[in-house]
Amino acid sequence: MIQVEGLTKRYGRISAIEGLSFSVEKGEIVGFLGLNGAGKTTTMRILTGFIPPTRGRASIAGHDVVTASLEARRHVGYLPESAPLYTDMPVRAYLDFVGKVKGVAGSERPGKIDAVLSACGIAHVADRQIGRLSKGYRQRVGLAQALLGDPDVLVLDEPTSGLDPAQIREIRELIRHLAGTRTVILSTHILPEVEMICSRVLIVHRGRLLADGRPDTIGREQGLGGDVTVAAAAPADTLAAVLADLVAPGDPRPPADRGVTVLPAAPGEDGAVARLRVAQRVGTDLRPEIARAVVSRGWPLLELHGAAATLESVFISLVTKDGGPHAEDDAPEPVADAARAEGTGAPADPAAEPAGKE
Amino acid sequence: MRNVVAIFQRELRAYFASPIVYVMATIFLLITGAFFYLTVRAYAEASLRAAGQPFAATYLNSTEIVFRPIFANVWIIMLLMMPLLTMRLFAEERRQGTIELLLSYPVRDGDVILGKLLAVFAAFGLMLVLTFAYPAYIAAVGTVEWGPVVTGYLGLVALAFALFAWGMFFSTLTENQIVAALIGFGFALLAFILGWLGDATQGTVSTVLRYLSIQGHLESFARGVLDTRDVVYYVLATTLGLFLTWRTLDARRWRA
Repeated sequence: MIQVEGLTKRYGRISAIEGLSFSVEKGEIVGFLGLNGAGKTTTMRILTGFIPPTRGRASIAGHDVVTASLEARRHVGYLPESAPLYTDMPVRAYLDFVGKVKGVAGSERPGKIDAVLSACGIAHVADRQIGRLSKGYRQRVGLAQALLGDPDVLVLDEPTSGLDPAQIREIRELIRHLAGTRTVILSTHILPEVEMICSRVLIVHRGRLLADGRPDTIGREQGLGGDVTVAAAAPADTLAAVLADLVAPGDPRPPADRGVTVLPAAPGEDGAVARLRVAQRVGTDLRPEIARAVVSRGWPLLELHGAAATLESVFISLVTKDGGPHAEDDAPEPVADAARAEGTGAPADPAAEPAGKE
Repeated sequence: MRNVVAIFQRELRAYFASPIVYVMATIFLLITGAFFYLTVRAYAEASLRAAGQPFAATYLNSTEIVFRPIFANVWIIMLLMMPLLTMRLFAEERRQGTIELLLSYPVRDGDVILGKLLAVFAAFGLMLVLTFAYPAYIAAVGTVEWGPVVTGYLGLVALAFALFAWGMFFSTLTENQIVAALIGFGFALLAFILGWLGDATQGTVSTVLRYLSIQGHLESFARGVLDTRDVVYYVLATTLGLFLTWRTLDARRWRA
């Protein structure tokens, strides 16, 4: 349904995306994952015909987004980041306008508008002015306009950014529910969101595609085994160094680059307790060695449990391997709205993750 | 065509949802009304003086004394006011980011441009229609030569379209409406004073400057003459403005 081949977009000498290639089949819900500036918005803007690529090709439902732009656009429903809507219009009048320009016939329009209004749960605010709605409702109006005209493909750029936790849940439910037979590509930097909604994840970093797979198996495909969480009454730095030597013996890099992360202490624990996460290579189980190493040094071992690699550890491992999140030539992503809320963008608190096996 | 209508309706709605059209119509009518009052007063005084002199009375007609000065003043007001109507057309969409969504719909850039042009003209047309009260008043108390009045209005319409096309172009260049309006003022006034530059130069330069100046293309309309050179001038100016708008919209390599 979506074909992208060697897509490149340069702004002057800065490359926003570089040789991006992927394809999305009908019915897939794809999460486009990356840090701010990774090239997510640029890719979506090319897919929706807003900007042309510098090189490469992209097509929607078989229509090239440059040479058959109008035809390609007929198959796309787009929700740009921060939902830029005409705030001076009432919801229904706005959707009527969108229906007209999307070519929904006059006789069908009221019915179709009612359908998207109720699908997005905004029928009761249909006569309110968009500018007077809360951010969550505005986002729903944004989804409603994207759905109008029954497009095959939905392109959603950070659909939950800037919303409060309750709104985020509602919008996620809505997306999952609305997807149906549609093909959805949504960008986010919220990792659990991808695990919750998407059947497939594309990880982009500095304009290039780093990984492509199912959220639950992408770790294994990338050669990452399970994560082990260790808590012991020990100095965190020393323990980290010990564990790093178990994961990658003889590696001179600091523990953080060898897959050992120091986690915040759990509530109620005092400073004497160190809590760390160790990312293992695929096919290895370091738990016995970790237990032995801790105990032999006389540190009380308080906790030791393993779990499958989280998307977060996959992501962090890929991104750090690729030169870190803040490399100097990181392409600035054009941002439509400065009010890009980061409040809800933090990765899930690892301590809150399910303990998994053991 | 359906897209043009949809965009036209939305734009017109936006004009009337904001105070700009109401404020501008009020100011426009106050100023033109003041001019009308002054010229009619002068006309009345001249008529009174000419009452005892049948010969002088034949030189008095409403076209010369009332309408020509009024049209001349309205041109100047338009040069100053029209950029305020066009400044929002694309600058606001860029600032709000709505342009991204608009251009993701299956609409041609040309439909967007045409819809917006017709909308801004309709908003201005409303103000213009309200000024029909002036010739109607003269017709009620005296006689009106309708020919020059009609061509005078046609001249206003032609000037409006040219100013709108260029104003729209300036609005695509920036997301700051004030900047778009400033460029519009500068451009309109410059295009107006080109005529004086033409007077100060000689030969071909002078001829070219005079032709390019708006000044040389207004008078004949108010005299009741539809000169092809003037018509061509406005058609060319409007087309060029629209073409430049279309090109910038198409280039679209905007860092939004």
